[in-house]
Amino acid sequence: MLSDRRPILLANARIIDPSRDLDFPGDLLMADGVIREAKRGISAAGVPAGTEVVDCKGHIVAPGLIDMRAFVGEPGAEYRETLATASQAAAAGGVTTIICQPDTSPTIDDPAIVDFILRRARDTAIVNVQPMAALTKGLEGKEMTEIGLLKAAGAVAFTDGARSVTNAQVMRRTLTYAHDFDALVVHHTEDPDLVGEGVMNEGELATRLGLHGIPTAAEAIMLERDMRLVALTGCRYHGASITCRQSLEILQRAKDNGLPVTASASINHLTLNQIDIGPYRTFFKVTPPLRSEEDRNALVEAVSSGLIDVIMSDHNPQDVETKRLPFAEAAPGAIGLETMLTAGLRLVNNHGMPLTTLLGAMSTKPAELLGLPGGTLRNGAPADVIVIDPDTSWVLDPLDLKSKCKNTPFDEARLEGRVVRTIVAGRTAYEYASA
Amino acid sequence: MNNAATSSFVLNRRHLLGIEGLSREEISGLLDLAEEFVELNRQIEKKRTSLRGRTQINLFFESSTRTQSSFELAGKRLGADVMNMAVNSSSIKKGETLIDTAITLNAMHPDILVVRHHASGAVELLAQKVDGSVINAGDGAHEHPTQALLDALTIRRNKGRIEGLIVAICGDVLHSRVARSNIILLNAMGANVRVVGPSTLLPPNVERLGVKVMRDMREGLQDADIVMMLRLQRERMNGSFVPSTQEYFAYFGLDQRKLAYAKSDALVMHPGPMNRGVEIDSTVADGAQSLIREQVEMGVAVRMAVLEALSRNLPNA
Repeated sequence: MLSDRRPILLANARIIDPSRDLDFPGDLLMADGVIREAKRGISAAGVPAGTEVVDCKGHIVAPGLIDMRAFVGEPGAEYRETLATASQAAAAGGVTTIICQPDTSPTIDDPAIVDFILRRARDTAIVNVQPMAALTKGLEGKEMTEIGLLKAAGAVAFTDGARSVTNAQVMRRTLTYAHDFDALVVHHTEDPDLVGEGVMNEGELATRLGLHGIPTAAEAIMLERDMRLVALTGCRYHGASITCRQSLEILQRAKDNGLPVTASASINHLTLNQIDIGPYRTFFKVTPPLRSEEDRNALVEAVSSGLIDVIMSDHNPQDVETKRLPFAEAAPGAIGLETMLTAGLRLVNNHGMPLTTLLGAMSTKPAELLGLPGGTLRNGAPADVIVIDPDTSWVLDPLDLKSKCKNTPFDEARLEGRVVRTIVAGRTAYEYASA
Repeated sequence: MNNAATSSFVLNRRHLLGIEGLSREEISGLLDLAEEFVELNRQIEKKRTSLRGRTQINLFFESSTRTQSSFELAGKRLGADVMNMAVNSSSIKKGETLIDTAITLNAMHPDILVVRHHASGAVELLAQKVDGSVINAGDGAHEHPTQALLDALTIRRNKGRIEGLIVAICGDVLHSRVARSNIILLNAMGANVRVVGPSTLLPPNVERLGVKVMRDMREGLQDADIVMMLRLQRERMNGSFVPSTQEYFAYFGLDQRKLAYAKSDALVMHPGPMNRGVEIDSTVADGAQSLIREQVEMGVAVRMAVLEALSRNLPNA
């Protein structure tokens, strides 16, 4: 596969580099797995011999996306998703780095499992994979994990996945300890007692459907507690999935007070709301639940203003057996690696969000938070680059998706814009073959 | 005997999954048809042949005595072959049972499936997998349409109308599919609906369903024409939603004293089974203003009407 390692010139492109707030017509040259330069007018004559020249026809060239929250089934639930299938889905969606979550079986709470993920990804995945490790052993919320050893093994952050650490003492000690290692703690903020039997956002809709509701307070209370613990400990903290206005107010206060706090919102909560559940559609059952349109708009606004730092896919493959059930009994989760960017373009088209903001929230910001070298088009950065056709209009057919599971909330949705090429470490990992 | 029904009402839909979506005309049509069956059921010869050759399966994922026997009798009186299936949901994983059972039963070509399930939306999910008509006999806290229809028939026969009546639905509205179906139906027919109960047992934003919300029985029953009591499940009595049976009865149990707040000719209803001494006092349940036994009678007639009206829409070939 020597030809794969040829230098690539992305010519005639609209270069967007959120890390430097750049947006200009130009060309981008990469070789030996790194970006050589991005500027106006690198002519085909001025590149090394054997360079593959790609005419981008004015399409967008941007840093590859870093998806800060994707659940992958390997190890333990390979029938749902493997690192290989997740990476193919990622490549098709423009994601060049997957940050996988520790709620596997066994849990990623041991340095050997971190090592397993990294080796397995190296051998089978076509994009970069970086694991988060568990914050507490077995995700049980009782004892902290070996944060130092796990970080040394390659864990980029610490989280209990979709679980919250309810014991404030455990959380305080863990944050205190993590602070010594400058570890980033990513926390899912939902009080499980307030969630109770809840399966969707609390309110009129849940009442009409006869489903138990989850109040936004379940999220806000946990986030508020965490802000006070961050103030006590000084630990770097990231809200894993913020969904409502109440939480945004708490986050704003924390940032105003100079706390080392950042947060993500999932693409689902930014583009969908509780009304999409309609007649008990389980593909729209996610954790935390889809909220009101008012909350969604507040969330979009928060991404635009920078209050929300990161947009992630919350990719969570679930098969027919766990989804074709009565709503209350169905597993939560939606796949998103392949649709995150395309769905995100709705925010640009419908809400006027600047493209640099959208792309920055999916690449530059997570790279900065996790200390990864990507998320930028600077010279010498890894050649993780995507080409986006922002205008093409298409209808999503779930059968075309690369993920093992087809639980997409964008089933049959009309979408605008798509990734046409994904380059990982200077190699083309995905190329859209138009029919 | 075996006279065809005089009403030729047809329910132009395949399933009856809820009151939601039924028009006022459809509700009235069903009630008019049910009136005929009330008369029929009081005769010695109760048998009709309109469902002869049809197979009706009563599929109950949640145990029920009253609703299941009512549907069974209704189907048999119309001449259908009726089979009862109680699914023990504890042994197998519940969801798998639902879809698998639907597919299995569908292969036996039932014309009508009467389904009860503990999860909201489960009956609708099952309806997507079968070829015949599905009647919702109660799904989770969502809907119980035939209960609302039988309540409406009972009210209409006793008050001569539904429009303009003040109906107070009291107690555990949060967990009640009966309350939801009744709220939708009574609103569609022009009644003034109130819900009365402790806030822990009222669903969030229930006022958006078009009801007045009251937390006090004196206020809630003031000038009411109909007092509809709901059952309070035992597991919800001790500390989780209300502190105790005694306190609940003291504030929300219907006794003669509280009933006196309502109109003097107010009538009392309960979907059953009753917890005497919890949500209703025996003197009221068995008293002159009680319609509780009549509700059971109306249940058979209404279910006959639903079976008949749906089957008229089934393909005949």
